[in-house]
Amino acid sequence: MSEPDRVPARSERLKFYQVGSFAAGNRLVDPALRTVQSDEGRTNSITSGHRACQGCGEALGARYALDAAMRAADGRIVAVNATGCLEVFSTPFPETSWRVAWLHSLFGNAPAVATGVAAALRVRGRPDIRVVAQAGDGGTVDIGFGTLSGMFERNDDVLFICYDNEAYMNTGVQRSGATPPLARTATTEAAGPEPGNRFGQGKNLPLLAIAHGIPYVATATVADLHDLEAKVRRAMVLHGARYLHVLVPCPLGWGSEPRDTIRIARLAGETGLFPVFAAEDGVVTEVTPIRQRQPVEAYLRLQGRYRHLFDAQGRARRPELIARLQAIADRNIARFGLDRARVPTETAATVPARGAS
Amino acid sequence: MERPFAITLGVGSSLANKTGSWRVERPVYVDRLPPCNDACPAGENVQQWLYHAEAGDYEAAWRQLVADNPLPAVMGRVCYHPCETACNRAQLDEAVGINAVERFLGDQALARGWSPAVEAPPTGRRVLVVGSGPSGLAAAFHLRRRGHAVTLDEAQAEPGGMMRYGIPAYRLPRAVLDAEIERIEGMGLELRLSHPVTDAAAAMTAEGFDAAFLAVGAQIGRNAYIPAGDSARILDALSLLRGTASAEPPQLGRRVVVVGGGNTAMDAARTARRLGATDAVVVYRRTRDRMPAHDIEVEEALAEGVRMRWLATVARADAGRLVLERMRLDDTGFPQPTGEFEELAADALVLALGQDADLSCLQAMPEVTVTDGVVRVGGDMATGHPGVFAGGDMVEGERTVTVAIGHGKRAARTIDAYLRGTPAADAARHPLASYDRLNTWYYADAPKSLQPELDLARRQSTFDEVVGGLDESTALFEARRCLSCGNCFECDNCYGVCPDNAVRKLGPGLRYAFDYDYCKGCGICVTECPCGAIDLVPEQI
Repeated sequence: MSEPDRVPARSERLKFYQVGSFAAGNRLVDPALRTVQSDEGRTNSITSGHRACQGCGEALGARYALDAAMRAADGRIVAVNATGCLEVFSTPFPETSWRVAWLHSLFGNAPAVATGVAAALRVRGRPDIRVVAQAGDGGTVDIGFGTLSGMFERNDDVLFICYDNEAYMNTGVQRSGATPPLARTATTEAAGPEPGNRFGQGKNLPLLAIAHGIPYVATATVADLHDLEAKVRRAMVLHGARYLHVLVPCPLGWGSEPRDTIRIARLAGETGLFPVFAAEDGVVTEVTPIRQRQPVEAYLRLQGRYRHLFDAQGRARRPELIARLQAIADRNIARFGLDRARVPTETAATVPARGAS
Repeated sequence: MERPFAITLGVGSSLANKTGSWRVERPVYVDRLPPCNDACPAGENVQQWLYHAEAGDYEAAWRQLVADNPLPAVMGRVCYHPCETACNRAQLDEAVGINAVERFLGDQALARGWSPAVEAPPTGRRVLVVGSGPSGLAAAFHLRRRGHAVTLDEAQAEPGGMMRYGIPAYRLPRAVLDAEIERIEGMGLELRLSHPVTDAAAAMTAEGFDAAFLAVGAQIGRNAYIPAGDSARILDALSLLRGTASAEPPQLGRRVVVVGGGNTAMDAARTARRLGATDAVVVYRRTRDRMPAHDIEVEEALAEGVRMRWLATVARADAGRLVLERMRLDDTGFPQPTGEFEELAADALVLALGQDADLSCLQAMPEVTVTDGVVRVGGDMATGHPGVFAGGDMVEGERTVTVAIGHGKRAARTIDAYLRGTPAADAARHPLASYDRLNTWYYADAPKSLQPELDLARRQSTFDEVVGGLDESTALFEARRCLSCGNCFECDNCYGVCPDNAVRKLGPGLRYAFDYDYCKGCGICVTECPCGAIDLVPEQI
């Protein structure tokens, strides 16, 4: 934590510049303290003309993360991509949106391919070139998990980024191991006594990654650019297996307005449903506090995948189910100390898996 | 072809795919009217001068400010700041201290000798301005800036009107007033002191003025019939304030009662305290919430030990004592006598029951309509007499310095149009930048800066200024609390949040443009714009 390049996400110097602390930039703030995204010289790793839906959170998250990685690595990264929306919407032959060196192989093998790229670069004596692998939640928590766990336990020098939109969106919104309870997907219909996805299933990949004891694990959302970029910057300073889990709302799969993508990601954090934190060497070291706490209903109401919880007048139809989600949010807030920005003393192992109620 | 690092195959770029064709709604940058600007009776562009002040460019801020208001150091002290009442930030934490920043800028200008330039070429037209109060000074200032020759006639020996003879020095130090008036004089207008205009029509013809702006104020204290013994000491509030401003302050005694509930009553009571009254009591026939005086004035008076008697009126005055009658409010809120009386010791009784305008200079202008003691004017400040305009306290409206300055500005615009023979067109007003259009998430928490106040002992015995100014760093902090409602201030958020890289930067100060070739119309930039300066409008298909 004492390295000179450890720039905090928000510094006191930014505090009083109207929006300098939270918006992408500000004309009055030193350019060095603005985000990469506010800079005209940003890589634009995924350039215009890609075929992501209107308001796609994943297109945004991938550009945020890779532009920050490109800045940190002085423009020398290789990106390995799993199959998924991100790969499909960015590379319909003969066009590509990528402005970084980019490889795609299979759905489940991105961590293994990245391991191979890192090994090849080591053999070629190119420590200056850094490897980033990226996948959606399906490619990470389900299909790619075996190779990812292997990459973690070998501590291969790869930053693996998961853009989590909580289901298989590319193939028509099927449930994944990252789908939250109650969410309607094509395979968890909003019917019966327990509509939508079940409570008590799924896995919390950031906590699984922490359990591997790798150098760096962090979560972020597309709603907090300074925080996300600081985490990429930190990850790029370190070597070995590093994992970044970014929440990226999906207007198509979540049934939300395209214009609300960032708003929903922000609410995921502010309700406590998606804790934003970082861990190093198996211990949580940093928690991003909730600024304006919101009830989970505020988050649910904006999304069609939870519409079955409300009636036509917008009244809660199944308050007892919403209360169970609220209980998950409350527990996250207590366990991670999200309400008071303290670093929790509990170890990761005591934090229950996502979806447990 | 030069290719990105490690790219070997020449592939096509997705830039060939113009995703703008997907769009059904398009984002457009807009400017909205911030509530502070909307509320300012002087028509200041508050948001814009704060924008310059935020950057530490105080001179540019001041120049933007005086484009509307030539007396910022005065206004920064005496304005009741409706801008702060309207400020959207009040709904977030506390309103921006606009008035305090205005004062800081006004004081900076005096300290550094900034002065406004007269750039317009001389028009050869001559305008008579009667009365050198805030309205007359503002009109003279704006007419000079438009190139007209101005003669400013003042009946009193010194310029300033009510700012000098009505506002106590502890609210407005005379050195500040003198300096700001001097700066306006320096713009080349002819100021004639001790030069009362008794007949405006005659004055116009005698000297061949092309137009006249009348702003004689409301200088006559209103009286009420109060049965009084021979030796009762009764005076009106204006004489008290005027006398205090001159060399010979009136003798009041130790116990002073002020009748009335307006700002003048507060000024009179606070002045009495400073002149040595141990007991200053304001008697008002209604209750505090119905008092026309501004809250700040009432609070400051109470802090200085002024006492209030609500629901009472003076029934009789004698030497050393008053008889008060208790009042009650009827169902309509009107005070009614109760027939219950009590005595109150008093050495002097001060009447602060409102003021009337002396309109005798209008006698030779039958076309000028007078109703309820004030001159009737339209929104353009024109009277019924061609070429004659009026403003300030002598026309209908709230009687404050700010309103008067606004009248002067508006009159100057109409007079200019009249002299040029062009129609006077008000600039179109943008729709309001309401609070619900803001994304307040992005604004950091920042509590309001407090202005220092003089300690109470000195507030009760001297006419030293009560409220202090902000220092540079606090003024800068305060300016930066502005949310810039409805006006882009280049935070780069739209540039950062577009999933399609469809926002272009045009350079510092030039804002942004959308690249509609690629903008899919998702509207994230609209939701995430902190200040609500982007609209989403349906695409014409």
